[in-house]
Amino acid sequence: MSRAANCPACGAPVQFAWSSAVQTACPYCKAILVRHDVDLEKVGEVADLPPDASPIQILSEGVFDNKRFTVIGRIRYEWEQGAWNEWHILFADQTSGWLSDAQADYAVSFLAQPPAERFPAGEELPRGRVFQLQGAQFMVTHLTRVHYVGFEGELPFTTTDRSEFLSADLRTQDARFATIDYSEEPPLLFLGRFVDFDSLKMSNLREFEGW
Amino acid sequence: MVAAPRVPTPAAIRCPGCGGNIELRGFSHTRSAVCVQCSTIIDPSTPELTILQRFDDRMRVQPIIPLGTRGKWQGTLYEVIGFQVRTINSDGVDYSWHEYLLFNPYRGFRYLTQYDGHWSDVIPVHGLPAFTTMSGRKAASYNGTVYAHFQNARAETTFVMGEFPWAVRVGETNVVDDYTAPPYLLSSEVTEDEVNWSFSTYVPADTIWHAFGLKGAPPPARGIYVNQPSPYAGKAGKAWSTFIKLLLVWGVLLAWFVFSASNREVFRHAYHFAQTSPGEHSFVTDVFQIDGRGNLEVELRTDLNNNWAYFNLALLREDGSQGFDFGREVSYYSGRDSDGAWSEGKARDSVTLPRVAAGRYYLRIEPEMDPQASAQAASGMSMNYEVVLRRDVPSSWLFWLALPFLILPPVVTSIRAAAFETQRWAESDYGTNSGSGSSGGDDDE
Repeated sequence: MSRAANCPACGAPVQFAWSSAVQTACPYCKAILVRHDVDLEKVGEVADLPPDASPIQILSEGVFDNKRFTVIGRIRYEWEQGAWNEWHILFADQTSGWLSDAQADYAVSFLAQPPAERFPAGEELPRGRVFQLQGAQFMVTHLTRVHYVGFEGELPFTTTDRSEFLSADLRTQDARFATIDYSEEPPLLFLGRFVDFDSLKMSNLREFEGW
Repeated sequence: MVAAPRVPTPAAIRCPGCGGNIELRGFSHTRSAVCVQCSTIIDPSTPELTILQRFDDRMRVQPIIPLGTRGKWQGTLYEVIGFQVRTINSDGVDYSWHEYLLFNPYRGFRYLTQYDGHWSDVIPVHGLPAFTTMSGRKAASYNGTVYAHFQNARAETTFVMGEFPWAVRVGETNVVDDYTAPPYLLSSEVTEDEVNWSFSTYVPADTIWHAFGLKGAPPPARGIYVNQPSPYAGKAGKAWSTFIKLLLVWGVLLAWFVFSASNREVFRHAYHFAQTSPGEHSFVTDVFQIDGRGNLEVELRTDLNNNWAYFNLALLREDGSQGFDFGREVSYYSGRDSDGAWSEGKARDSVTLPRVAAGRYYLRIEPEMDPQASAQAASGMSMNYEVVLRRDVPSSWLFWLALPFLILPPVVTSIRAAAFETQRWAESDYGTNSGSGSSGGDDDE
């Protein structure tokens, strides 16, 4: 698939960093563009993201498990007690994952194959329920009603159906976590672990006045 | 894509309550900012500056580390942006601790807590500790360490200052459980819909004063805190292992001392004595040779039974240059009464002269017996006895005298270590003070 296209709204060239990107925004006219095979379709217009204090930005770079990654997109979500960013990160081998930043508490996760046995519906998932995932015991610690705030850059899916959805947080004893994302049917499973900021060896970060 | 400009310092907001200025330090993380003038909590993330709460500030507390103070802590520059007082009530007595919220825009948030001069550095726990038991009590296990349950309490937020990345409210309560493995503490806080774990490390107040450039000396710590490392931790074990090593040395030395002693007989002679025979009872033995160096043991072996004898003895050098005068009493009684057989004393006696130079010697012996004894004793006023002299006998009394001194340090250290733990646990749910609550930190000197 081509990495260059033209915005169907304004005709400006749109470059993709990732060949499998599904959604992006036109950097000129702020059209939300969704890719269908070779065509780009405008599905809406990007709203400005509210100011946030994440030190990460598009094109920030870092290292996870000895693999270099570049930040190519982000989704900002909100829940009742605050907001956080899911930074879409692209590795050199063209795989992509997520670097979440919740008030400078960081975690890296990847889309994973859900177990053969279907997850129960989000509303029926009790806290404390334990799932055996990839050989570890993951316990449901929290159910979150997630609100979509906005996005920037390239994403692996469209945000059309993500305005509000339920998400379950699961954790292991050794600081790994899982998210069951009920925005799709069947629900998506993300597996990852919490990371120390310094271990990511990040560069091209934002600067903070006075710091 | 153009890199975003540097994130500007957040502008101060105007308190919707009193119009006063509220400085902001936490960028857009801040969900609660406290107006110090009118004790109002505002959500600065809302355009209309929603008032979350106006609180009663009669409990106003001045933080020891002023808000806005920066310092390099755990290798990172942090700024103190929030301060809260949290209080637990135990049998009518309030116990309060202080929490300082530290912020760095890249590395996020951490806390310093302070109670009665005891400080801890606190970070969130991302893993899920497992519940277990330890010596029959509740415990939590995390990263291979088992933490003993210390206390369960309902903690109320009683005062807030500065800003927080969540909606804070005075009067809000959480159930807190503390699990200790000094210098670490694992704490769980249960809110309505989740359990949050945090991990504390006890830190000396000096290091905080140094890191944040605080004036003066930190207030002295009072009492013993839940995760305060014991000054005796590991020392009792070390003292015991030192004791074991010393004991081995002691044993080897003792064995060497015993086996290296030549312990040879230099004189032996048997005599008969009768008190009734007239005249001078003292006599001298033949001259004998004492070689080498060391001590000399004089042993008296008698056939006394229900009788006693006294020996005036003198070991004299043949040339008259040296003499040792000494007296020994030998007595032995035995019999049978309503309690069974009994006996008292011994029919033999020995004494060791510590240092006797080599040379030719003889003994002067003057036995003496009780003239009254003839009435009871079958043997009457006579006895057979033997005098044996041994050169260089092993004498180990010094070793036995040293033994208590060897065992004293580990015993004392163990007692002190146990006393320290007793004092620590006195404040817990399992301690002696847990019921009274009155003997908290305030009584301690």
